[in-house]
Formats: sequence, structure tokens, C-alpha cells
Amino acid sequence: MTDTVPDSLAAARPPQSQWRNVWDQYKTHRGALWGMGFFLFVVLAVLLGPYLWTIDAQYIDIRARNQGPSLSHPFGTDQLGRDTLARMLSGGRVSMFVGMTAMLLALLLGTLVGVVAGYFKRLDGPLMRLTDLFLALPLLPLLLVIIMLFRDTLRSAFGPETGIFILIVFVIGITSWMQTARIVRGDVLALKEREFVIASRSIGTPSRRMISRHILPNVLSPITVSATLGIANAIITESALSFLGLGFPSDFPTWGRLLFDSTDYLQQYPERVLWPGLAISLTVLSVNYIGDGLRDALDPRIRGR
Amino acid sequence: MLKKSILLGTIAALAVVPAAWAERGSDGHVNIIYWQAPSTMNPYLSGGTKELEAASLVLEPMARYDEAGNMVPYLAESIPTVDNGGVSDDLTSITWKLKEGMMWADGTPVTSADLVFTWKYCTDPAGGCAQSEKYNDVTDVKAVDDRTVTVTFGVSKPFPYGPFVGAQAPVIQAAQFADCLGAKAPECTDANFMPIGTGPFKVTDFRPNDVISFDANPNYRDPAKPAFATATLKGGGDAAAAGRAVLETGEFDYAWNLQLAPDVLANMEAAGKGKVVSSFGTLVERIMINLTNPDPALGDERATAKHPHPFLTDINVRKALSMAIDRNLLVEIGYGDAGRPTCNVLPAPEIYKSSANDACLVQDVEGAKKLLDDAGWVPGADGVRAKDGVRLSMLYQTSTNAVRQDFQALIKQWWADIGVETELRNIDASVFFGGDPASPDTFQKFYADVEMYANNFDGTDPESYMANWECKQAPRPETQWQGNNMPRYCSEEYDALVAKMAQTGALEERAKLAKEMNDKLMQDYIILPLVDRGRVSAHSNTLGGVIMNTWDSELWNAADWRRTRTQ
Amino acid sequence: MLNYTIRRLLLAIPTLIAISLIIFLLLDLAPSDPTANLPLTIPPEVREKIRQSLGIGDPIYIRYLLWCKQFFVNEPLNILEQVFGWDFGGDRLRVLSWQTRSPVVDLIVQRMPQTLWVVGMSYIVGVLIAVPIGIYSAYKQYSWFDQAGTFVSMVGFSVPTFFTGVLMIVIFSVWLGWFPSIYDTTHVVTDWQSFVFQVRQMAMPVFVLALFNAAQISRFMRASMLDNLNLDYVRTARAKGMKERTVLLVHVLRNSLIPVVTVIALGVPQVFGGAIITEQVFKVNGLGQLLIIAIQGGDLPTVQTLTFIFAVLIILFNLIADVLYGILDPRIRYD
Repeated sequence: MTDTVPDSLAAARPPQSQWRNVWDQYKTHRGALWGMGFFLFVVLAVLLGPYLWTIDAQYIDIRARNQGPSLSHPFGTDQLGRDTLARMLSGGRVSMFVGMTAMLLALLLGTLVGVVAGYFKRLDGPLMRLTDLFLALPLLPLLLVIIMLFRDTLRSAFGPETGIFILIVFVIGITSWMQTARIVRGDVLALKEREFVIASRSIGTPSRRMISRHILPNVLSPITVSATLGIANAIITESALSFLGLGFPSDFPTWGRLLFDSTDYLQQYPERVLWPGLAISLTVLSVNYIGDGLRDALDPRIRGR
Repeated sequence: MLKKSILLGTIAALAVVPAAWAERGSDGHVNIIYWQAPSTMNPYLSGGTKELEAASLVLEPMARYDEAGNMVPYLAESIPTVDNGGVSDDLTSITWKLKEGMMWADGTPVTSADLVFTWKYCTDPAGGCAQSEKYNDVTDVKAVDDRTVTVTFGVSKPFPYGPFVGAQAPVIQAAQFADCLGAKAPECTDANFMPIGTGPFKVTDFRPNDVISFDANPNYRDPAKPAFATATLKGGGDAAAAGRAVLETGEFDYAWNLQLAPDVLANMEAAGKGKVVSSFGTLVERIMINLTNPDPALGDERATAKHPHPFLTDINVRKALSMAIDRNLLVEIGYGDAGRPTCNVLPAPEIYKSSANDACLVQDVEGAKKLLDDAGWVPGADGVRAKDGVRLSMLYQTSTNAVRQDFQALIKQWWADIGVETELRNIDASVFFGGDPASPDTFQKFYADVEMYANNFDGTDPESYMANWECKQAPRPETQWQGNNMPRYCSEEYDALVAKMAQTGALEERAKLAKEMNDKLMQDYIILPLVDRGRVSAHSNTLGGVIMNTWDSELWNAADWRRTRTQ
Repeated sequence: MLNYTIRRLLLAIPTLIAISLIIFLLLDLAPSDPTANLPLTIPPEVREKIRQSLGIGDPIYIRYLLWCKQFFVNEPLNILEQVFGWDFGGDRLRVLSWQTRSPVVDLIVQRMPQTLWVVGMSYIVGVLIAVPIGIYSAYKQYSWFDQAGTFVSMVGFSVPTFFTGVLMIVIFSVWLGWFPSIYDTTHVVTDWQSFVFQVRQMAMPVFVLALFNAAQISRFMRASMLDNLNLDYVRTARAKGMKERTVLLVHVLRNSLIPVVTVIALGVPQVFGGAIITEQVFKVNGLGQLLIIAIQGGDLPTVQTLTFIFAVLIILFNLIADVLYGILDPRIRYD
């Protein structure tokens, strides 16, 4: 694109890289900026928050249980008198981290399988049957088997927390890539027959370059949607896992767990449900807007508009 | 029937009978919700509480326990005892006599042949009967005449009320189950789903794990009962939903087992549509202490008697752990009116209850610290006590359940206060309580330092319950990890008490022995009892006659349930 | 395309047998136990006897072959007997559930109506809402309609059904008293009044699930429409003077349907799999509840049979999706 910039302009402005262009376009998308702002805010809050708000998330102050919002406990306390703000912050750290990594893993696996299956006809059959198998496996027994086989091994190799973290990310990733794979494959099958791909192939572009230059950029939008939905899915699945004894220990707060635990108290202390519910929804929403902005910015047809 | 009721109605109107005048089926329909759905109506094929209770509406034993734990004759004329000659002097046989004129719901008479058949059905080696323990040591059941049977035991049975007593061992109809003996038992789907019984109701539609529809039994022995013409027992959902359906929306009349946080339950009750009822039995939430070393490095010998635990074998540590716990607060947080703090693993019936250990009711953090100090466990830089390089750091496991996780968090903090580090783990109940020898997470394998769960015993006799802590009951690889002695407790003194109890008949003497055994376990601190848990259920304001019973099925007196019109 | 379909169907048979074996091995490996839910008062020896009576002691290949025989031979014969009244004779053992000791296929048939009514209806409602919303949101990108749709669908997807379900019950059953909080599976629709009751008891679960499904599908619909709206053929069509409606609903929509068809095809088998949490919250007791109870109770034959039927549906609908790709975009060829 930079080639087409007239010389006079090029002299006035230093030549821009492609990423600079993308960023310029991204900046014009209000939703995307807000989304990114909120996302950064949440990331900073969960990373730095526990240093500023120093109440221990696991500390039980039994006399202060079931309190509403106050100065000493801005978000109130839970049924054991643990500070909800502190739990939201340290829970957010886990939820965000698990959500992002598990989503990325699922996305990576799904896109890889989808692109390869869609592009290379010979691999389509085996890979899609593998996808069918993973779709058919009953989740709960699968999880129980994974815990039984790997928990103690990982625990001794990486220590309790890292071990469990690796296990959770692995489990969520391995059980949620199939949808992305099927969707990407469907799109690739259609793309492969488009004129520009055929043209590009006829001039002898190698497969690797074809995929990275022509196929991937064009399947980006279903991938961003999968990414948004994937984060929400990972955060909720993580909380379900801890019920099976696979997740973090029960006194280790996460957003999904906070939401589940407070559902019983919906009528008495509705605000307790509100915090984790809002945090999950808004985070997902912000990722969605970031995805929207990114897609627009990366699409050269829109970028000029 | 119609004519008769009109006639009776007229007489009633003429006589101006004030109230409490009832006729079978006059009160319409009753809705019961069990949040765990019954999967069969045959209690011999599934030992689950939900199945026993659903079946108790239809099938009846010779005698049940009432709300105080006393035996009440149901199908039997009276309770046989040594005094009335029903139980032989050497305690090896018991003679039951059926009431006169007992009928099955299909109109055929109940005879002694049905009792003999019931025994054969449950003791068939290929049948996998879930209640076969009730028929332990029975060598023969003989029909003396049409209404009398004699049960003979191979050994002297100080407590001969296993067979045909309680919700676990009801009488089934010989004619209906004749072709269902042994390996054929599971194939008799119709009989298992719709057993013909003598109880107040009969099954009209059974949908496994979903809903059961009942009609009043036309041949029930009391012509005025049950007051309800039809009944529905719906299953599914969770405890909160069941509570809501009775206490807040009023859609259902009776909800079973509402194990919810006390404030949640109180809030539901405040809606004014129903009442929460509770009563206490023998269920005790307890912490078991592992006397063997669960270190993964030990491989196959992990958690076996070959390797004693590095620090829990020190009684001072175990005692300090118990002293640090505030049992009153646990009750307040987790159970409210449905729980009582307890210091005994055998909390009831009254005659077995010891008061020798009640000091544990008061939390004593300072005392616990001092005890550890004196025993040489000194706090390290991180606040965790250690001695000779052994740190007081433990893994604390239990099944997944909201109240148990709250307890874990609280107890972890108290133990941290006395310098003991705790890591928590919760395991899905189907794995934790499952006996799969391949799984590392069962409560029998006990690959942790301490674990928490609740246990109780059927009926009122604690003999077999107290025998759980015999040395030979310890789960170990040789027994495929089966057994109930989770702490792997091994005391000759205790084993002698168990053996003595098996040979003692007099009730007072048995009570003394049971108390002694309880005190021994408590004073060795291998079991830390926490809460004596009651059963909590709820019924709507318009349902009368409910009497909570923890010794038998909660639905034991459903025949007396009626609609009250006090709205 | 016909050739391809037939080849895929034939290939499905070995695939399914392989899948059934893998599922069986997985379930056998899982640390669940059919006696786990029994009260602790039942002694270990009795538990062991119960396990033996269920046949757990047999070697795994015998148990797998037995299941295969029961499911692939005995059950079809039984269906033929029932439908045509034939009698093949012999004593055939059907697949029996360990928990209820009754034939699993009968359980499934019993659960089918409520699952299809509630989960199926919610899926149809979800798709019917999602497609138009997706199209319009893309067409009017960044309009207030689009923004509102984005917000609702993101909240709808990220707030789990265990929460929305309870919220609905508290609002509409406890406070307002409009809908029953417990689904009556024995209810039969015979007249207008009973139909109204059926609608009332379905309203909340269908709404909760439809919101969740619609959220997901509308996002994919919107994204895919956006991709196509800027392509050259759209400009060409408009330049030729085609009506905007035709451009949008015929050309763009058809080309945007591939990801949506994929998502819907992945979702349909899940309709038959039931919605575990929603069924639990509203006490619908459909196939989802059957599966979860069977898993918790270590009821291997039930889990195996249900999962296998589920696998058949997954393979079938993924095949349908592949065939639909070819119809939507004739350039896609598999041969």
C-alpha cells in the first residue's frame, strides 16, 4: 500500500509501516478503543489491585460476614466474611489468565486443524473424523480420567499451583477447539476455490505462503468471534472444573466460582452476584469490541474508507 | 362407593361432626419433591436413600422405627421380644406374626410365604441385593403357619431386628417377584418399577429418575386412610430449587433433604408458605485423621500401616487440631437449627451418648498452641511449626459440597492460627465415595492427611458401626482398599471391646460398652467429630400430619398426612 | 455429490465402531463406581456383590462385545418385533441401565419428548431470532440496533444458564407467579387449556436456552455477512441495479451461510444431548439429566449408549453440513 503513496506526501510524512496503518485505522473505531481501555483496566486491576487493596482474599473475618458495601469492604463480604473486592481482584487474575490462555490454545488448535483440513484434501478426512471423535467424547468422564492420570504427575513436576494451572488450560483447550476447526475448515473450503487463490496458486505460490498471505487473513472474522465466545466459555468452564476437584482448591476464588456460589444468595444479597456477573460480561464484551476493531483494521478493503 | 359416600356425608351432616372427619381420598392430591430422583422402586436393588423413601410409600416392613427410634409394628401384630417369648432365650431365633387380614394392593392376602420369599430374594448369591446385610447370619426363615414365621440365626443375635424391620427390609410379594430371583432380578422391570405393596399408596406410573405417580391403595388396612387420593413424587433439580417450590411458590407440599445454608433457608421460610422441619439421628460430620503416611514417594505402600504418619501419630498434634476448632460456629454457618456441635462419633440414641468428651465444645486456641509448644513443635520463620525438620503441613480433602467447602476454609484458618499449614482439596462425590481401587481419590485410599465426611448407621443399634474401627477393617491393598477404618486405627484394647459387645445381650451392658468405645476413639483423637447433623425437610402450611423421622423413611407416616384448611 | 455422500456414509461405520470402542475404554478407565451414591451404611462386602452382579468383574473385551451385541443386534431386533409384531424368539438381553435396571433404550424414548419440546424448541427459536438479527446488525453496522444486539448477545453468552435460570425463576415464579418453576413431564396436551399450560411451563427454559443459542449464532452470522458485504460481487450486483433486498437476502446471505451452517449443524446433536444445566434448573428431566445422573452414578451402559447415539448424530449432521457447503457454494467440490 505504501507504494501507491505519491512522492510529495511521502516526503512530508515518513513512510508508514503496515502495522502503523492498522493502528491508525483501529484508533478510529470508538468501540474498539473503549474495549481496549476497559480490557487494559481489568488487566491492570487484577495484576496490581492485590498490591493496593491488601486484604487477603482468603482471610475469614467471621464477625463481618454477609455485609453490604461499606468503606472497609467496598463490595461487601461473603457468607464467611471474606472481602468481596479482594476476592474479585485475585479471582480475576486467575479467570483472566485461564480464560486468555485456554482460549488461545483452543484457537490455535482449532485454526491449525481447520486450515490444514480445509486446504489439504488428503488430510481432510482423518482430521475431521478426529474432530468428530472429540465432539463425541463425554466431557465429564474424560475430565475425571485426565485428573486421575495427570494431576499428581503435574503437581510434582510444577508444584501445586502451576501444575493445576497447566492442567486446567490444557483441559479447556483440548475440549473446545472443535467448533473453531469446523468453522475455519468450512470457510477455507470455499476460499480455496475463489479466483484470487486460484490465481495465486497458478503462479506457483507455495502452500505455506498461500495459507499465511491469502487464507488466514480471510478467515479472521469467524476466528475473532470464536475468540470472544471462547473466553466466556473458558471462564465458566474453569468454575465448573473446580466442582469436579480438577480446578483450583475451593478457597481459591475465581469469577466463575464467585458467580456460582452467590447464585444461592440471589434474593438476599443480589449485589454479590452482580460483581462477578458484570466482570465476566464486560470483559467478554470488551474482547468482542477489540476483535471487531481488529478485523476492520486488518481488512484492507475497509482500511481505506 | 359414591352412594356410600353420599350416605355417609348425610349422616355426617346430620350428626354435625365437628372436625377431623376423614375418608380415604377425600383430600385430593399431594405433591412431593425429592431433588435427587428415585431410580427404582425396589429397595433391594438400590440401597440409595431416595429409593428407600420412595418405596416406603408402597412397601412396608413388619415394623418401623418411629420418630423417637422406638419400634412400631406395621405388618406385625406386635414386636417380638425375649419377654413376650417372640425372641428365643439364646437369642438365636425370632418369631414374627402378621396382623390378621393383611392384604396386598391387588387384593390377595399377605402370608408367611411372602416373608420367606423376601428373605430368599435378598440372599440369592447372584442377585447383588443391596440390603443383604440386614439378613446377615440368618440360616433359615420358616413359615410356622399362614401368619407366622420364625427367623433362625446361625449365631446368637443380641439385636435380632435386622430382617423385615425398617425401610431397608420391607416385605415384597412372592407372586409378583417369583421369576425374579438371583441373576434375573434386574430383568423384571415392571415388578421393580411398580411393586405391589401393602402401604398407603400404589404406583400408577413410574418414570425412572424423573417422576412417580401414585393412587391411594384401595386395600389399605385402615379404611379411612390415606387422606390423599393421588400423589406425585417428582425428582430432579437441586436442594435450593426444591426448597423454593415448597416454601416460596407453594407448588409442592413436601421437599426432602434441604441441605442449604441456614440464612438461605430462613429467607425462603420467611415467604410464609411453608415450614422447615428437622430432626436428629446419628449422622455426624467428622474429620478423619490419617495415621499412615500418604506421601506419593512411597509408591504402592503409600497410606498403609507400613509407614506411620510423620507427625499425626503424635497425639498432641491431633489433640491440638481438635482444640483449635470452634464447633459452635461451624453449626451456625453451615447448618443452623439442623445441626448441633458434638464431641462424639456416636451421638444418639440417648442411652449410648457419652458426656465424657464435651470439653471439645469450647474452642481453645491458646491451649492448642501451648500443647504444641510443650510437645516440641516450634514455629518456623513462615509461622508453620516444625520439629526435627518435619513441618506441620497437611492436605485436607473432602467431597464437593458448598457447606463442606466453607468448613474447609474456616478450619484451614483456625489451624493456621496454631501454626499448621493446610492445603485444601475437594473431589467429586461420585469419585470420593466410589470404591474404584484404581482411583487415587477415594475416601478409603485416603491419599491425604485429613479428610472430612459424614456417616451414620441404620436403625438404633450401634454394634456394627462401632466395629468399623477394628484393626482388621483398615483399607489396604490386600482388601482392594475396602473397609471403614479410614484412620487405620489399630488398638488391641479397642478390638477386645468390639468382640465383647458381640457377645453381650443386656441393653445396659451394651450401652456401657458402646460409650466406652466412643470415648476411647475420642480420647485418642483419631476422629474429630464436628457436627451432629439433622435431617431438614419442608412442608407447606396446608399439609398436616408430617412427623419428621430420622430412624426410618421420612415418608413413614404418609398414611396420616392430610390437607389442613387453616389458611 | 451423491457418490461423496455414499462414500462418507460407508466410512462412518468403521469410524463409529472406533469411536464406540474409545468411549468404552474411556468410561472404563474413569474412576466412577456404580455403588458410590449408596449410603455409607452399606458395607463393602455388599458393595462388592452388587458390582459382581452388574458384571464389572468380567474382562473388558467381553463387556465391550456384550454391549455391541446388545446394542447392535438385540435392540434392533426388539424394535422390529415391536413395530411389525414379528417374533424372532429366543431370550435376548437388552442394554440394561445399572441404576434403574431397566432397558436404556426405553429410558431414552421416555425422555425424548420433553427434550425435543424444550431444547429443540429453544434451538429453533434461537436460530429464528439469530439469523435476522445477524443480517440486520451487519447491514447496519454500528447502528444502535447493532450495538444493542452486540450487548445483549455478549451478556447472553457470558452469563451462564445456571444463573439466568435461577434469576428467571425468582422473578417469574416467586415474585410474579406467572410460570411454574417445575416442569411437569407427565403433562399431556389434549386441548387448548392444556396447550396453554404446556406453553407456560416451557416459556422460561426455552427463553433461557434460546438467548444462549441466539447469542452465539447471531455473532457468526453478523461476522460472516460483514465479510461478504464488501466484496466485489456485491458492488457488481448493486451496479447492475438489483434491488437491495435481493442483493442482501439472495447473494450476500447465501455466501455468508457457510459458518452459520457449521455452527447450527454442530448444535443440532446437542439438542438431542439435552441441556444439562437448564434441564436441572427447571427440573425438565430430559436426556441431559439422564446423562448427568448416569455419569454421576457410574452407570456405564447408559452413558455408553447415550454417548454413542450422540456420536451417530454428530457424524450425521457434520455430513449434512458438508453436503450443504456444496449446495451453498457449488465451487466446493469433494471429489
